[in-house]
Amino acid sequence: MTEFFSPIFLQPFLIGLCFALLLPLFGCYLRLRDEWLAAFAYAHVAAAGALCAMAFELPLVLGGAGLAVVAALLKRLVASRLAGGTAYALLLLSGWAAAVLLTSNLPMAERLGHALFDGQLYFADTPQLVISLACLVVALPLLAWLSRHLLLVQLYPAFFSARQLPAWRVHLGFDLLAVAVLAVATMSLGVMGAFALVFVPPWVAFARASSWRRGLVFSALLGLGGYVLAFLLALQLDQPFGPVLAVVLIALGIVGLPNRRHCT
Amino acid sequence: MTAPLLVTEGLVAGWERPVTPPLSLSLAAGEIVGLVGPNGVGKSTYLSALTGVALVFAGRLDKRPGLRLALQTQATPPFGGLPLCGSDLLKLTGATSEGLPPWLADKLGWRLDSLSGGQRHFLALWAVLRAPADVILLDEPTNNLDTAGVAHLGDALRRRAGEGAGLLVVSHDHEFVDTVCHRIVEVGEGRP
Repeated sequence: MTEFFSPIFLQPFLIGLCFALLLPLFGCYLRLRDEWLAAFAYAHVAAAGALCAMAFELPLVLGGAGLAVVAALLKRLVASRLAGGTAYALLLLSGWAAAVLLTSNLPMAERLGHALFDGQLYFADTPQLVISLACLVVALPLLAWLSRHLLLVQLYPAFFSARQLPAWRVHLGFDLLAVAVLAVATMSLGVMGAFALVFVPPWVAFARASSWRRGLVFSALLGLGGYVLAFLLALQLDQPFGPVLAVVLIALGIVGLPNRRHCT
Repeated sequence: MTAPLLVTEGLVAGWERPVTPPLSLSLAAGEIVGLVGPNGVGKSTYLSALTGVALVFAGRLDKRPGLRLALQTQATPPFGGLPLCGSDLLKLTGATSEGLPPWLADKLGWRLDSLSGGQRHFLALWAVLRAPADVILLDEPTNNLDTAGVAHLGDALRRRAGEGAGLLVVSHDHEFVDTVCHRIVEVGEGRP
C-alpha cells in the first residue's frame, strides 16, 4: 500500500481522480440527450488523434483533443443528414480503424496504442496533471452554467425557442466541452476506462435517483468510489487499470440498481 | 384600454409552404382567447409562428417589445427513465407550485415517471402555465386530463389571466373553450 503514496502512482491517481469526477457528470447530460454512444465514438477518435500526434512529434493531448473537436464540429454540420446514432457509429468506426492501423504501422505508436486501449495510466506526467486540473476547474462551472439550458432544450424545446434562446449555441457549447474533456480523459484513462466512467455511473444513477441533483451526486460518487477501488485493485493485483475499472464499475452498478425513492 | 400584447392581421404561417388560412386576432393582458377549427387547418402551426419557429408567409405580426412567451405543445416531454421529480420540472421553467391541485402538490418529490400519465401531463402543463410569461400559448391542454384535471386547469387559466397574462388556447374541447375563454376565434372560417 505504501507504493500508492509514491509520486510514480500518486500523480496518475490524481489525474484519474479529476476525470472520475468529471466524466460521470458529463455522462448524465450525454444520457439525457440519448448520446452516450458519442462518448465511445469520441474516445476512439481522441485515441486516433493522439497516435497521429505522436507520428508528427506533437503533444499527444493536442492531437487527441484537436481531432475530437474537429470530429464534433463535422458531426454537427452533418447531423441533420444522419439520423439517430449513425454519425457516432461512423465516428467510432473511423476512430477505431485509424487508431489500430496507426498502432500496427508505426513502431513507436505500439506502446501508446496499447496504453490507450488497455488504460494503463502509463503516460501520466506533471504537464498532464496540470491539464487535468485545468479541465476540472474550467469544465465544472461551465457545465453547471449549461445545465439548466441543456435540460430545458431537451424537455421543453418549444418553451426554449419561444424565449428566443438559440438552441444551437447550447448544443455546440456542450459538444465542444464534452469532447475536449473526454479526449483529455482518454489520454490518461484509456478508451474503455473513460467510456466506463461516462456510461456506468449515470446508468445506475438514472435508475436509482429521485431528482436531477441527486442523480448527479450519485453518479459522481459512484464514479469516484469505483475509480479509487479499481486503482487500488489494479495496483495490488498488478492488472491493467482499464479492465479493472470497467469490472468494478459494472459490479457496483449491478449492486446499486435500483430502489426508487421520493425526493423532498 | 391597454395596448394588446400581440396582434396579427391576415397572418399566413407554414413551414416549407403556407399551411394556415389568413388569421387576424389580438390578445390583451388578462384575456383568454380560444382558437378552434377543424383538424389540419394549422392551429398548432399558427402558435409556432407566434413564437418565431414557423415561418410567416403573409400578413403582419406585432408583439409588444420584450414580450415573454411560453408555449405548451401537444408533444409530451420525454421524461421516461430520467431522474427528475416535479420540483425539478417547475424549477426548470421558473414556475411556482402555488395553486397546484392537492392531488399533485404532495407528489412534487416523486419521480415523474412514477406518476400517472394524467398527473405527468398536468405537471408538464403547469410548468409552462405558471412560468414567468406575458403570453401563454396552450395547444390542446385538456388532452389526457380527467374531469377533475380539466376543472383545475380552468381555474388555473382564470387565475393566470387575473394576474395579467394573456392566454391563447387551442382546443377541440368545445365545452372547455366555451366555459373558460373570454373570446373564441374560429380558424378557417369561410375557407372553401
